[in-house]
Amino acid sequence: MKAPRFDYVRATTVAEACALLAEHGPDARLIAGGQSLLPAMNLRLASPSVVIDIGRISSLDGIDVRNNVLRIGALARHETVLRDATVALHVPLLTEALRHVAHPAIRARGTIGGNLAHADPASELPACMVALEAVVEAVSPRGVRRIMAEAFFTGLFQTALEADEMLTAVEIPLPSRPWFFQEIARRSGDYAIVGLAAVGTRLAFFSVDDRPVLRTRSAALELDPPSDLQATGAMRGHLAGVLRDRALLALGSEA
Amino acid sequence: MKIVLTVNGETVRADVEPRLHLGDFLRENLSLTGTHLGCEHGVCGACTVRIDGALARACLVLAVQADGCRVETIEGLSDSGEIADLQKAFHDRNALQCGYCTPGMLIAAQDLLLRDADPDRAAIREHLSGNYCRCTGYHAIVDAVMATAAGRRAGHGGA
Repeated sequence: MKAPRFDYVRATTVAEACALLAEHGPDARLIAGGQSLLPAMNLRLASPSVVIDIGRISSLDGIDVRNNVLRIGALARHETVLRDATVALHVPLLTEALRHVAHPAIRARGTIGGNLAHADPASELPACMVALEAVVEAVSPRGVRRIMAEAFFTGLFQTALEADEMLTAVEIPLPSRPWFFQEIARRSGDYAIVGLAAVGTRLAFFSVDDRPVLRTRSAALELDPPSDLQATGAMRGHLAGVLRDRALLALGSEA
Repeated sequence: MKIVLTVNGETVRADVEPRLHLGDFLRENLSLTGTHLGCEHGVCGACTVRIDGALARACLVLAVQADGCRVETIEGLSDSGEIADLQKAFHDRNALQCGYCTPGMLIAAQDLLLRDADPDRAAIREHLSGNYCRCTGYHAIVDAVMATAAGRRAGHGGA
């Protein structure tokens, strides 16, 4: 299938991207790697009137550690982060989780910022960021805002971003604590039926609700996952319990 | 919108609609029909190409996004001889039947072989997991990639 018609503009700076968002209103969408937006457009689930390409904004793809924070620029691609030695050293949870994100060709283009801003409840990274107590950086004409990951994901494909706001980076506090990551999927690269990213006592489940669901290790799960073609809600609930038990076993008393 | 890009080493200039994806651009505008379109939403892998050296789904890249980029298709990899040994291994092992998935399989397999000279079967399956084959199954394809890797380690064929 083919995407419906749209106008295409390229932003060369963050300020220009925000101005274009403000100018074109809710019918405009940002595109970076396009690995979530273009499938939706080809399937005609999304039909923006204007597509604003932020893929060429320079210096937005950096990965660095400063003041006990790992900062990943919005335009860093999944494959780059997956192979980054700094990330593997400081936040190995992310390296492991990224192996489960789609396939090499998708990871080679899809960006971290696009993944988070897309807010797919079945995606690995939003749950990782919630577990890691990461902070999302967003820029608008009013300035820079820092949003805790827990507050950033507000619903199915919904985030706390304002209409003229752009996600520019994500910051993960260091040092990272003992971690666990597993997901259950029918085939490699498929969306998870259920997944769990755990850091210390924070358990962030994905594919169980309309956004990542945070539980502490001592609390009851009390999940009410949806049913779909992959699994019933009851099966998801069971599998979430299995992953929780595996996480507690793996983390032991370290956490 | 006017774009200029390099396709298989040749400079291409075109005026395209923003909605045109790279797969259609290659097939319809440039008659490079080796890039196959299966699902057109990034699932099947038949349209796999290389952009600036990295794997990409041609159906999930707009032609306008490829402006200024270096695109390589199965025709380019084939004509240059870069994957001649891999193609021969596919032939020898019957690693294709209808051939629809084959261009994407070859490009994805070559991507793996360029970064890992000695992949095991699990690594090959993982790297090709985004490329669907609906006829032969994957065993012979994995065999062919294993054989190619072994041949290259022994100093035969390849890039």
